[in-house]
Amino acid sequence: MSNAREAVLGRLRTNGSDQLGRSIPSQVDDTSLGREEKRQLFTQQLQAAHAEVHHLQDGDWVNWINRELPQRGVDRLLAGGAPAEALEQGMVNTIELQPYQQPIESWKEALFSHIDASVTSTEGGIASTGTVVVWPTPQEPRLMSLVPPIHIALVDSERLCDTFEQMMNADQWAERLPTNALLISGPSKTADIQQVLAYGVHGPKQLIVLLLG
Amino acid sequence: MSATNQSKAFQSRIGEALGNQQAHTNFRSAMNMLMENRLKQFPDQEELLHKRQRADAIRAHALRNLPALLEKLEQKLVENGIQVHWAENGEEANALIHQLLSQAGARSVVKGKSMVSEEIDLNHYMEERGIKVLESDLGEFILQLAGETPSHIVMPAIHKSKQEIAELLNRHFPEHPYSEDVDTLTQQARQILRDQFRQADAGISGVNFMVAETGTLCLVENEGNGRMTTTVPPLHIAVTGIEKVVELLSDVPPLLELLTKSATGQPITAYFNMISRPRQTGEMDGPQEVHLVLLDNGRSHIRRDEELLDTLRCIRCGSCINHCPVYVQVGGHAYGTVYPGPIGSVLEPMRQGLDKIGALTSACSLCGACGQVCPVQIPLPKLINRLRAEAVTQQVETQGVKGQGSLRKLLEVWTWKGWRLIFGSGLRYRLFKLLATRLRRLTPPKMGGWSRYRTVAKPASRSLDEMAAKAGFDHE
Repeated sequence: MSNAREAVLGRLRTNGSDQLGRSIPSQVDDTSLGREEKRQLFTQQLQAAHAEVHHLQDGDWVNWINRELPQRGVDRLLAGGAPAEALEQGMVNTIELQPYQQPIESWKEALFSHIDASVTSTEGGIASTGTVVVWPTPQEPRLMSLVPPIHIALVDSERLCDTFEQMMNADQWAERLPTNALLISGPSKTADIQQVLAYGVHGPKQLIVLLLG
Repeated sequence: MSATNQSKAFQSRIGEALGNQQAHTNFRSAMNMLMENRLKQFPDQEELLHKRQRADAIRAHALRNLPALLEKLEQKLVENGIQVHWAENGEEANALIHQLLSQAGARSVVKGKSMVSEEIDLNHYMEERGIKVLESDLGEFILQLAGETPSHIVMPAIHKSKQEIAELLNRHFPEHPYSEDVDTLTQQARQILRDQFRQADAGISGVNFMVAETGTLCLVENEGNGRMTTTVPPLHIAVTGIEKVVELLSDVPPLLELLTKSATGQPITAYFNMISRPRQTGEMDGPQEVHLVLLDNGRSHIRRDEELLDTLRCIRCGSCINHCPVYVQVGGHAYGTVYPGPIGSVLEPMRQGLDKIGALTSACSLCGACGQVCPVQIPLPKLINRLRAEAVTQQVETQGVKGQGSLRKLLEVWTWKGWRLIFGSGLRYRLFKLLATRLRRLTPPKMGGWSRYRTVAKPASRSLDEMAAKAGFDHE
């Protein structure tokens, strides 16, 4: 209905002149947090949103997986890209590593029913809101951080920003946005039944953030 | 609907709402919680004001440049592989969406929470044509089972108790054991809806912000159903109003912050989902096709008016509703509209006409709370007042809101004229005072609608200035 397009735009053009000048007040507080403050705030905010945060040395996260996941009943772990490579080298064989190398259509059933947890890399984190920033790739697709009941996100502590705005500007998002960019700030939740908070309504019941370095 | 019928229907809905104790308790406690949570997120009033000014400026800028930004947005989206469609009204939007679904052979559709889809009554349209659209937001899912409409734009099922919800789920899905435990109920819904996500042929969603600079659709949510809806099925159709566009990607963070903090008092929601393309070669998931339906439905008309234009800045946080002393008493259904509360009392008469739903504006105490909390500084009390005036005006103009003057009542007109006559002259005023005090026994015991819920005030035997003079105060 291209005539709707012309009609709507036509009406919009006739009323109110186009003035492209922007006069928008800038962000008022541009305080920058120190490294330790950022780590603390990031952790606090995530914990307040019911996420788990663990501070680990860079190479230590595979050991953490080996130690923790069997206790939590994880048999099948979904991973791709760099995290999968690291896991292939160091993971104990009680956990089965599941790659995501086929289009979703060919294994939807298995993804929805047989995966216990996933581990994904991230673009970094946002301290003020306790957010992990995930940019899915062909190696680490979009549903990896959504369908399994546990999502483990690896965050490089050198890649923590104070605010979303800061990260967006520093990393020039406007020029390089992926197909899908995600801010994840806790496990899936709802308060739709009598305002009682309940977790894991559609997405992961647990978000575990491993803050590295 | 005639003016009297409209008011009567509104009053009867109010009566019904006030009679429902459970819903009333739910609204009170939910609104208290939402107000407290919001306040905690904004400890510094000066900073809050600055943030509101900034958000206001971003939205106002986008609206001033709306045609140019929409064209830019369209160009970017098309470059990115997202198909753009335009709809003049709900009927056209539904027809477009139906056509897209039919072309794809879609029979089962999941939908994320979208107020615009409520506005165009999308579910009914598709159902009449044999396509089942399943609501996937937990609150909306519950309402769909109950055959009800949302009573709040952010917490749609806030009027229902967990017992009601437990019974509802058990009746529709008897394979799941009856439970009143919220976690159990949530897990039951998870299982039921996961099957639906997996099988769905298409997903329909709304949009919170559209970015012209990058051709990006942004969705704000806590549950993950929005991500499921926009990622699992092979076809994603987003539908939203033309006003939701912003110019730059960097316009998004300040709006997002105010949206989540104002709506539910969260620093951010669990998910912020930014979609810029359909699935690309080599990618393993995401829809192969993404469509955006841009809906006008009266918005370009509203934009013509310098004052009403302000309402298009709205980012649908629901904060005005949460702080409204009238809403908290009567709840969302009493309004009988898609959008309730202060913003609804302005949007709905603009959309449907004052002759249809102008009575909503009378349910306002002009306390001003909505205007003070609005994150984009929409002067809601001023607008409600203006619509009230337009509803009873004698001079009908082509600009402005449909149905002007439709609530004009002769009795009211003559009452005010009489009042002006009395107050317009010192002599008449003194005479009136003398008669009102000396003949106070003649005060009618009933005064129509006024005395239905109030006792009629009787004038005192002497006026205040008579008493003051007697007590030795002087006139000055």
